[in-house]
Amino acid sequence: MSLISISGLEKTFRSRQGANYTAIRDFDLEIHEGEFFCLLGPSGCGKTTVLNIIAGFDHPTRGDVMLDGRPITGPGEDRGVVFQGDDSLFTWCSALQNVEFGPRLRGMPKGERETHARKYIELVGLGGQEDKFPVELSGGMKQRIQIARCLANEPKMLLMDEPFGALDAQTRTIMQEQLARIWHQNETPVLFITHDIDEAVTLGSRIGVMTAGPESTLKGIVEVNLGDERRRTDDDFMQVYREVYDMIREEVLQSLSREDQEEAA
Amino acid sequence: MSPAQVSATRPAPDGEGAREAAWTTLKKTANLYGIYAIGFVSLFVLWHLISVYLLSSVLFPPPLPVLSKAAELIANGKLFEHVGFSMMRIAVGFVLGSSMGIVVGLLMGSFLTVRRFMDPYVETLRFIPAVAMITVAVIWFGIGEASKFFIITYATIFIVILTTAAGVSSIAPNKTRAAQSLGATRTQIFFLVTLPATVPFILTGMRVAMANAFTTIVAAELVAANHGIGTLLWESRLYMKIPEIFVALLTLALLGFTVDRCFRWAIFKFAGRYSPVT
Ligand SMILES: Nc1ncnc2c1ncn2[C@@H]1O[C@H](COP(=O)(O)OP(=O)(O)O)[C@@H](O)[C@H]1O
Ligand SMILES: [Mg+2]
Repeated sequence: MSLISISGLEKTFRSRQGANYTAIRDFDLEIHEGEFFCLLGPSGCGKTTVLNIIAGFDHPTRGDVMLDGRPITGPGEDRGVVFQGDDSLFTWCSALQNVEFGPRLRGMPKGERETHARKYIELVGLGGQEDKFPVELSGGMKQRIQIARCLANEPKMLLMDEPFGALDAQTRTIMQEQLARIWHQNETPVLFITHDIDEAVTLGSRIGVMTAGPESTLKGIVEVNLGDERRRTDDDFMQVYREVYDMIREEVLQSLSREDQEEAA
Repeated sequence: MSPAQVSATRPAPDGEGAREAAWTTLKKTANLYGIYAIGFVSLFVLWHLISVYLLSSVLFPPPLPVLSKAAELIANGKLFEHVGFSMMRIAVGFVLGSSMGIVVGLLMGSFLTVRRFMDPYVETLRFIPAVAMITVAVIWFGIGEASKFFIITYATIFIVILTTAAGVSSIAPNKTRAAQSLGATRTQIFFLVTLPATVPFILTGMRVAMANAFTTIVAAELVAANHGIGTLLWESRLYMKIPEIFVALLTLALLGFTVDRCFRWAIFKFAGRYSPVT
């Protein structure tokens, strides 16, 4: 049985002016135990919308969204979420207190949860930064604290919404390597959203490509059989890249031409 | 950035470096507080110059006679008596107004129903200045302490309600969502996210409310009281005791300054590290 099972998903945003916008339609997706699923699509196609529905922050207009065979009714500690921006960190808490937050909610004793949190801060490579506050951390560090905060809660799966989107290219590459390492260590299934093909091929075990909106749907899935050590210059890496690129190119062009039309209108 | 922070972020230097670092820190501190002190002294110098050379008049005494009058009033305990009454009234009204304001503000910010219900009250009553409420307060509660408490509570509560509610609604939705995804219940979200995220707003609101409380207590005491700084002002005017009037004014300025500094310090202490609001 799949971990996440989405069938016939539709999401329509109702606007006050009465112009409804159907972002997602006829969207089906299965995410399995132990996989790193990358959801790829042009910006504005509805990736965050899908993630928000799986996270339980938003509800489907139509269709079924199941976790372990049970319908998702709201957010829960079984799905850890890493957000696109850094505004989800608790600014009044130090890095350590942010990571301790989940265990603290469950009443883990102070000493124990501190050791526990330090372990995950170490895991994301931020040992020694425990007492800093979010304002004192760089963008990359803040995203790693978000990841540590999720992992320390030991969720069934991770939902990550373009977590490295705002980072510079070098930092992003390093963060990708670290995330791949962490994932190999702990095998928590991940739904990773990105608009970057390179990132998807670097990290994913499967890559789902979405069509441009409105009424965006899943265009196809590319299986990535590249093993743990992936180099951008390897032939098989480039082959997967090519395959995904061909699939998404059309969608990006379509979404661009729609933007042009909107600008002209 | 304060000098203390500058030295704290540097690695511990040794020998020559240490002396140099200490010297720089000292110079920076001297710079910061030196200029401050000079500014303060210049205020008194300017007052002296204007009152002696420019507007020489019995109606505008220079600082020295005022200070010696202040010393006299301190010595016979009169000044502290007046200050004590005013501060006690402010303290009681301020604590009442702030605590009710925080609770109502948090509820209004958290629950749309509460907001809709309370909006008509807050959005009309807050436009009646506390000073205008002195009239009814005296009619309802007499000229005793109760009327002062009521007025100061009134002067405080709406400012605190509004800033607190604004603080709650300015919390990034992703913070609440993050807490939910970590398994927080509604109660946990309230105490562990909503409340701490709103503290800087609450303190800022209380700081503004305190300034309002000062203005209002003087007005209330001018109208109806037997003690207090406002009473000192009013009685001095009746008997044309000009230096006493200036002692009262100077006291207000210094008290206000001190209390406001305490608030700034508290805001910096509790919130400055993560949210620079000052
Ligand atoms: N709350 C909302 N109300 C109205 N429209 C929305 C809302 N959220 C998203 N949309 C629209 O749905 C589409 C998909 O948005 P989103 O899921 O954020 O895209 P992505 O994450 O792929 O960039 C966009 O066109 C966006 O304008
Ligand atoms: Mg998005």
